[in-house]
Amino acid sequence: MVETDILIIGAGPVGLFTVFEAGLLKMRCHLVDSLGQAGGQLNEIYPKKPIYDIPGYPSILAGNLTENLLKQIEPFKPGFTLGERAEKLEKTEDNKFKLTTSKGTTICAPVVAIAGGLGCFEPRKPPIANIDQYEDCGIDYIIKDPEIYRGKKVVVAGGGDSALDWSIILADIADEVALVHRRTSFRGALDSVEKVMHLANQGKIKLITNAQVTGLAGEEHLTSVIIEEDGKENYHYHTDHFIPLFGLAPKLGPIGEWGLEIEDNAIVVNTFDYSTNIPGIYAIGDINTYPGKLKLILCGFHEGTLMVQSAFKHIYPDQKLSFKYTTVAGVNGFE
Amino acid sequence: MDNNIIKVIVTDRDGVDHVLEAPTDMAMNMMEVCKSYELPVEGICGGMALCASCHMYVLSDHDLPELSEDEENMLDQAFFVKANSRLGCQIKITEDIDGLKVQLAPVGGE
Repeated sequence: MVETDILIIGAGPVGLFTVFEAGLLKMRCHLVDSLGQAGGQLNEIYPKKPIYDIPGYPSILAGNLTENLLKQIEPFKPGFTLGERAEKLEKTEDNKFKLTTSKGTTICAPVVAIAGGLGCFEPRKPPIANIDQYEDCGIDYIIKDPEIYRGKKVVVAGGGDSALDWSIILADIADEVALVHRRTSFRGALDSVEKVMHLANQGKIKLITNAQVTGLAGEEHLTSVIIEEDGKENYHYHTDHFIPLFGLAPKLGPIGEWGLEIEDNAIVVNTFDYSTNIPGIYAIGDINTYPGKLKLILCGFHEGTLMVQSAFKHIYPDQKLSFKYTTVAGVNGFE
Repeated sequence: MDNNIIKVIVTDRDGVDHVLEAPTDMAMNMMEVCKSYELPVEGICGGMALCASCHMYVLSDHDLPELSEDEENMLDQAFFVKANSRLGCQIKITEDIDGLKVQLAPVGGE
């Protein structure tokens, strides 16, 4: 089990900078993120886009801001658990919190700071009425092991890189692969598009364009999808598996079940110290809400800075906290 | 049209029409206008054509700028996409769209 002072859920810009502010007060941090890399939205959604409202930077690319933040917090040696979703949060007997991740890692800390941004990124599920019924019996949103499709009929839907790449891989493994897409052009990498077209010409991938899957059928296991294609009557298409690949969308996820006060998918906090309704749990950055809230990185930095002052008093109720400027005191990292 | 204000009509998901006034001189887009009137438009990504949570249908025959490649790509990840689908964040508030009529696309599958 990992033990730390502040457990930060979310390794986006706000979570990262909080490590710095906590470090100045001699508190150690451990970050957990469902994504496989630090940076949150900055790296996942727009790494190459410029941000113009970071004080002191007339313009900085999102990916570079993450790099700089990681460098800035290096002296405070944060721990990272990446690629694991924060799943369960329990109170321990000694008044701490124990977090268990989706992969079973446990982290214990007296203070939890939720810097979860928009939530965790999960595959977008098509809004097909009975889709839940076929999960694990014909529908997969993520391909874990392509071998399970050997000799089977597979329908892939989507128009991006993952839909193209998996169609190419499955063309060699599955008995039959159909790729359903809402228009005729694909947005993926040019050579993937060319490969798919080539395989389609060879009859190894059946391309069904200007079409979408709108229904599912089958007794227990999926046996066919219903396809709505321009200029045709809706029809059944026989298949053993349906793999919708429509990218990732953020969801609040398990955080919503921890007993925190939630309003419009955000955690309600007290702006005095960004504390939630549960003492010891704070929420900072895009995931919190309060009157006048603005979802800006710079506001998140401010929130994290005030929050660690309160976290210090929560952890060390009997100690006096003296405030020092970095210019005077310097940055004294951990050994 | 007075003082750079245009009117747009937004049909919400309950079929109710809302007449919204929008300024043409504040670099706004349809997603932002809907949000400022507290209509249920998420606009998660803040207008970068990166999330498709401001998906709407254009009902009037206004001549809108063509869809950009980014917008088409995002619509690939949306659901209930039709020929008149647009992302609200990519429709800029200009004099040309005075009287524009749009309908919010259903949510779901997110």
